[in-house]
Amino acid sequence: MPHDAPASENALIREETRRRWSLALPALTVITLLSIVPLAVMVAYSFMQAGQYAGVEPGFSLDGWQAVFFERDFFDDSLIPATAHLTILGRSIALALATTALTFVFGIPTAWFIATRPPSSRGFWMFLITVPFWTNLLVRTIAIQEVIRADGTLNRVLLATGIIDEPLQMMFTNGAVLVGMAYVYLPLMVLPVYAAIEKFDFRLSEAAYDLYASRLYCLRRVVLPLMWPGIVAGSILVFIPALGAYVTPRLMGGGRAMMWGNLIDLQFGQGRNWPLGAALSITLTLVVLGALIWYARRTAKKDHANG
Amino acid sequence: MAEKRFDVTHVPGAALIAGVTFLALYVPVLILVVNAFNGGDMAGQWEGASLRWFAAALDNTAFRNAALNSLIVAVSAATVATGLATMAALAVSRGRPVKGQGGIFIILNQPLLVPEIVFAIALMIVLARLKQVTGYQGLGYVIAAHTTFCIPFAFLPIRARLAGMDLTLETASMDLYASRFYTFRRVTLPLLLPGILAGFMLAFVISLDNVVVSSFVKSPGQETLPTYLMSELRRNLTSEIYAISALLLFASISIVAASWVVTRTKE
Repeated sequence: MPHDAPASENALIREETRRRWSLALPALTVITLLSIVPLAVMVAYSFMQAGQYAGVEPGFSLDGWQAVFFERDFFDDSLIPATAHLTILGRSIALALATTALTFVFGIPTAWFIATRPPSSRGFWMFLITVPFWTNLLVRTIAIQEVIRADGTLNRVLLATGIIDEPLQMMFTNGAVLVGMAYVYLPLMVLPVYAAIEKFDFRLSEAAYDLYASRLYCLRRVVLPLMWPGIVAGSILVFIPALGAYVTPRLMGGGRAMMWGNLIDLQFGQGRNWPLGAALSITLTLVVLGALIWYARRTAKKDHANG
Repeated sequence: MAEKRFDVTHVPGAALIAGVTFLALYVPVLILVVNAFNGGDMAGQWEGASLRWFAAALDNTAFRNAALNSLIVAVSAATVATGLATMAALAVSRGRPVKGQGGIFIILNQPLLVPEIVFAIALMIVLARLKQVTGYQGLGYVIAAHTTFCIPFAFLPIRARLAGMDLTLETASMDLYASRFYTFRRVTLPLLLPGILAGFMLAFVISLDNVVVSSFVKSPGQETLPTYLMSELRRNLTSEIYAISALLLFASISIVAASWVVTRTKE
């Protein structure tokens, strides 16, 4: 047989490598041309000068990056912190963290509840969690908007029951954005936490109780460490899309509770400062990538530690 | 009554919070659907059940065009993305890893690693230039953009299916002098079909739901259903918006339910 000889075995491996790369090539080409190249253009634009009306003009400039953090004082042209941008970036991080916390508070008990049902009915409960996940994000945002807007359902119920005399103005606030994002991203927290609890062997809790552990002690020292990977995965899955959210803050927050994604859109639209918009885009991408790399390394280390 | 057995899975309050969560997830959507069936002129003022707003939406040319565009984009993007993802999955999931396999993985998942708004605007910049140069303004740009972010979604279930398939049957086929292509068509493809189907459905729903990428990449005057809904929202909440939302909701739920049934029966 020819492949007994090492030389032709190498040739076979080379042939196999070539064949497999050419199979993957069409997909790789599409993604390179339509996602990686545009991202590279974005990086290049962040180092160019702003065009007078829109777009960019050739020539290296750090103005875009500088404008992320500083602006020129109107009177003496000195550099002062760009408070308007920094407020929006700070709000985005705070709201993304708050969204993660809120989905945590509601998502963990829900995942626990589902994972402790009899196996035959777990599928049904998980189906109820996945349906909202697959329905249109815009439609779900409209649904939650209808509940909390000035003449929406919640206000009408509260007025009718006499709890309030005047409709509560809840729209276009940080709170509205938070409620909207927690509503749309909740399934992302439940899914991985459920997967972690479902694998949990409850005989371990029994053993802990037999050894006179209190409920709290058992939760803290036995259950929580085994749930932790699911909780971290869920938090990452909620935090990342929440940080870059565009549709939900736009509908729930409007111009008053803008987030990072809306600020980027503004710079490419009315703001007409493309280099700044590009620099804000790259910064957001780097923060997201940083969180993902932190998560990937953490999981890799854990897997390694567990053998 | 006998004393209740101590239950380790019981956590006080978990069922209560879970109940609140399920209500919070479903009540707003139910309110929206109920509003869509409202017969009154004013959005939110209930005046009896009626299908008039569904009829109004279906009678609206702008809505019908947007729905048709959405369907064209979702079918084309999901088909192309599933084809490309199947080839890519076959390249990286079988036998020994080849040189550069990790690189293939990272590139295939790259669209998921970038925030959607950044992906959308970067693509808008490049495609705006392309529109100027070529003069072509059609739906092709939206289809190409959707194909790109659908590839990693279609790839996921196909690769999972391939990872669970063993190579014995294919090896047997090849040992019996079947050609590579014949083996693929008669052995690999039938076994892989549920994965391909799941990948297609996933890509289809993801494309149908997309609003951010479509709204930045589309040419003026073009609308998909979600971008049409978004532009209508800028005016005011009307019963027709609720009706269109409800239609989109039914579409997504039927697709998810269908794929649920398909994957259940295959196993």
